[in-house]
Amino acid sequence: MSVRGETMLWIAQRASAVLLAVCVTVHLVTMTYAIRGGLSAVEIFARTRGSIGWLAFYTLFVVAVTVHVPIGLRSALGEWLGWRGRSRDMVLAAFALALGALGMRAVLGVFA
Amino acid sequence: MGDGEIGTGNEASGAKLSVRIWRGARQGEFVRYQVPRHVSQTVLDVVTYVQRVLDPTLAYRFACRVGMCGSCAMTVNGVARWTCRTHVDKVAREGRLEVAPLRNLPVIRDLVTDMREFFDKWARAQGRFRGGATRHEDVARIRPDSAARMQVEAGIECIGCGVCYASCDVVARNPDYLGPAALNRAWTLVNDVRDIARTDRLRAVAGDAGCHACHTQMGCTERCPKNIAPTASIAGLKRETARAALRGEW
Repeated sequence: MSVRGETMLWIAQRASAVLLAVCVTVHLVTMTYAIRGGLSAVEIFARTRGSIGWLAFYTLFVVAVTVHVPIGLRSALGEWLGWRGRSRDMVLAAFALALGALGMRAVLGVFA
Repeated sequence: MGDGEIGTGNEASGAKLSVRIWRGARQGEFVRYQVPRHVSQTVLDVVTYVQRVLDPTLAYRFACRVGMCGSCAMTVNGVARWTCRTHVDKVAREGRLEVAPLRNLPVIRDLVTDMREFFDKWARAQGRFRGGATRHEDVARIRPDSAARMQVEAGIECIGCGVCYASCDVVARNPDYLGPAALNRAWTLVNDVRDIARTDRLRAVAGDAGCHACHTQMGCTERCPKNIAPTASIAGLKRETARAALRGEW
């Protein structure tokens, strides 16, 4: 990968980290608040289904995870296992796609 | 401390120091020596005593003995230090001292490491000043309190001892990583308004082998004997390389 490409990955990871900090906080606070009064899963779904706001929020969450995690793993694989080069990046691209697909499946399950 | 002084007087009540020193190269072992304690004794004094009195085959490196040349760095009780300015009082644990070569560098023999890779990385990071002015132009006038010059001042006193490089876990994991000293040097030049190689240098220090590999563990900043903060320099490079990449400068 080119030096510019590696630099852009670094920028993407930092930017996604900022998003994740917000998303994780909102998610945890909401979950804690929602179950405090003993809301059941069915009652929670009743509030999330059809909500464009929650769809947008959790889609953003999934995108941030999809960007952030593979880039971090890329460094970990390079430093811990010495696995670098094109094969690592191809596997991580596939991993990112899988993360995104599974994440969006979960988001749509809550929305639809 | 000069020849003849070591072990001949000023001893602290005949006390002895138990010193384990690495002997060999990559393969080797620690050998134990008994060295007389002295007031204000440095680790370099200890190693020098061993070589001059106990075992002349011991290999180690030093030059100035006053913290200027950066030659005498070793691993003392597990921590990279400049030995000429490290007092035994400060680092000995229960009268024991363990001296080994610097980490992350090939060992030539005993306490001497091969510093070539360390300095080659300075060259790879474009650690050489490239000016554009000729002798016919007036000297550049740089305000000492300008932001750029203050960044230079913060990192310019590096003596190239390799303590930061030996203390960096990223170097240990990623042998291509340029390391804190080379990146700190690059940062001083990026902030030198007379230098004309800024764009090339930023490209040279970016990416997986450059500043973006730094995990900000701050081992370099913790150990630097000159109290430089290479971590801050690397953070500066991260910012500037990111700006250059986003602007499409390279």
